[in-house]
Amino acid sequence: MTDLLPTARSGPALLIKGAPAEDTAHAGPTVARGTRRRLGPGRAVPFGRLIGPVLLVALWWAASASGHLDPRILSGPGSVLSTAADLVSTGRLQDNVLISLQRAGLGLLFGVTAGVVLAVTAGLSRSGEYLLDGPLQIKRAIPSLAMLPLLILWLGIGEQMKVTVIALGVAVNMYINTYASLTSIDSRYVELAEGLDLGRAQFLRKVVVPGSLPGFFVGLRLGVTSSWLGLIVVEQINATSGIGYMMFQAQQYAQSDVIIVGLVAYGIFGFASDAGVRAIERKVLSWRRTLAG
Amino acid sequence: MATHPGGLITTAPPAVRTTRLVRRFGDRVVLKELDLTVAPGEFTALLGRSGSGKSTLLRAVARLDHTVEGSGELVVPERVSLSFQDSRLLPWLRVLDNVTLGLRGPGARERGLTALEEVGLAGRDRSWPHELSGGEQQRAALARALVREPELLLADEPFGALDALTRIKMHGLLRELYERHRPAVLLVTHDVDEAVELADRVLVLEDGLISVDLAIDLPTPRSRRDARFQEYRDTLLTALGVAQPPLPTTG
Ligand SMILES: Nc1ncnc2c1ncn2[C@@H]1O[C@H](COP(=O)(O)OP(=O)(O)OP(=O)(O)O)[C@@H](O)[C@H]1O
Ligand SMILES: [Mg+2]
Repeated sequence: MTDLLPTARSGPALLIKGAPAEDTAHAGPTVARGTRRRLGPGRAVPFGRLIGPVLLVALWWAASASGHLDPRILSGPGSVLSTAADLVSTGRLQDNVLISLQRAGLGLLFGVTAGVVLAVTAGLSRSGEYLLDGPLQIKRAIPSLAMLPLLILWLGIGEQMKVTVIALGVAVNMYINTYASLTSIDSRYVELAEGLDLGRAQFLRKVVVPGSLPGFFVGLRLGVTSSWLGLIVVEQINATSGIGYMMFQAQQYAQSDVIIVGLVAYGIFGFASDAGVRAIERKVLSWRRTLAG
Repeated sequence: MATHPGGLITTAPPAVRTTRLVRRFGDRVVLKELDLTVAPGEFTALLGRSGSGKSTLLRAVARLDHTVEGSGELVVPERVSLSFQDSRLLPWLRVLDNVTLGLRGPGARERGLTALEEVGLAGRDRSWPHELSGGEQQRAALARALVREPELLLADEPFGALDALTRIKMHGLLRELYERHRPAVLLVTHDVDEAVELADRVLVLEDGLISVDLAIDLPTPRSRRDARFQEYRDTLLTALGVAQPPLPTTG
């Protein structure tokens, strides 16, 4: 407010005739308004993204502590924590988590590689587009999990099948989004590259790759999510290890606390991997000016 | 020597020569056997009504029209720079990287920094394009065009999107840079005043041919209030089919 006064004094000619003097004080909020985009979502708070999950856990804790939650339906946070500690001290949790992470990681790796290679091939050559885009758009309409019976028939029920199912889902997400982003690179930039006599390699490095990165990251985030989804499904089919297997067993013995530990593990990895991708995305795409700022 | 749908291309002086250049879109013939010669170091402005084919001609000279039907012979120098109506900076490259994009050989970075300094953008080399104002973006584009030390600078309404004040400053800058580097310039513009102020020769494109070829014999810097400036301006406006009201006689 105080820093407003000098402006008001130095520009008396701007004051509306007949307006009462104290009206200038009301200009305060008008100045403050400039600090925030009016149609944007508002200012960012550090770790604000965690508020929701923390609130949910608090609610769960309150419900079980007050006895409103039957432990046979859902164990309280306390017993889940002690079960988790047990599972960790026996090494059972780590072993299963490790094998699950390995499956998801391999699936993600193969899926991302395949998706990007397909997208670049289809995006940069006509014959690639004609050969690949049709089948992949059709594949997109069939959920990867629907291919499960066929994949089991072909690959059996071992690790190969599990990684393939995950990779398939990831690859389609990567392909669709990277391809869309790549083909929507402004043709004026292509013209610019021609005008500057860029070689093929430079054109790829300076125009195509950065131009398709936004789509690549959308695909990667969806791909990471779909890799967890695929993991959960394949681990409940004839698996003998993994978080899903651990939960499946717990279901047989009605151990809801073990199931919760499994869910939390899935949740933590899902959340952490998405946050990781977002962080990389923010860093790599720092040239973009978006609504979320 | 490369072949081209538009004809034969050789690399030799003069700066530009088109011989019987034809460009057509379907049945619509935009350039009808157009002959044009621009000498090295000559600053030429190209005027013409909207849709007369100015951009088509410029894109042909820049060899960016692979997909356009046509014929004729085209001679252009080896180093050609093109600047567009929009600044066309790549949003994901910092200003300096935009300027040095495609620059080969050692010292590219230093040359880029020098070019930025020349257009008054020293210290902005690490900025993203969206952090520059419209005029600054256009200046960065000018730096990108000049850092290649072109023998021929093609500019398609480079100031079209700028406000009047920024335009005036850019005119001064362009003329200054031209006098320092002396490329041949082919500047497409809608603005008759801009053409007379900047160019040493003004062409009017009409019905697919050069209908007016006017040498501007005025010392630089030029004043728009100069009587001879007005004469050139009126001649060109008449050629463009804009009826001129008689000048009010002022003391
Ligand atoms: N890609 C295209 N396909 C079909 N017709 C085109 C194409 N490009 C240009 N034309 C036509 O060619 C003619 C000349 O276009 P051009 O862009 O060269 O005009 P211009 O003189 O640059 O106009 P302006 O001053 O408005 O920019 C126009 O009639 C236009 O409709
Ligand atoms: Mg044009």
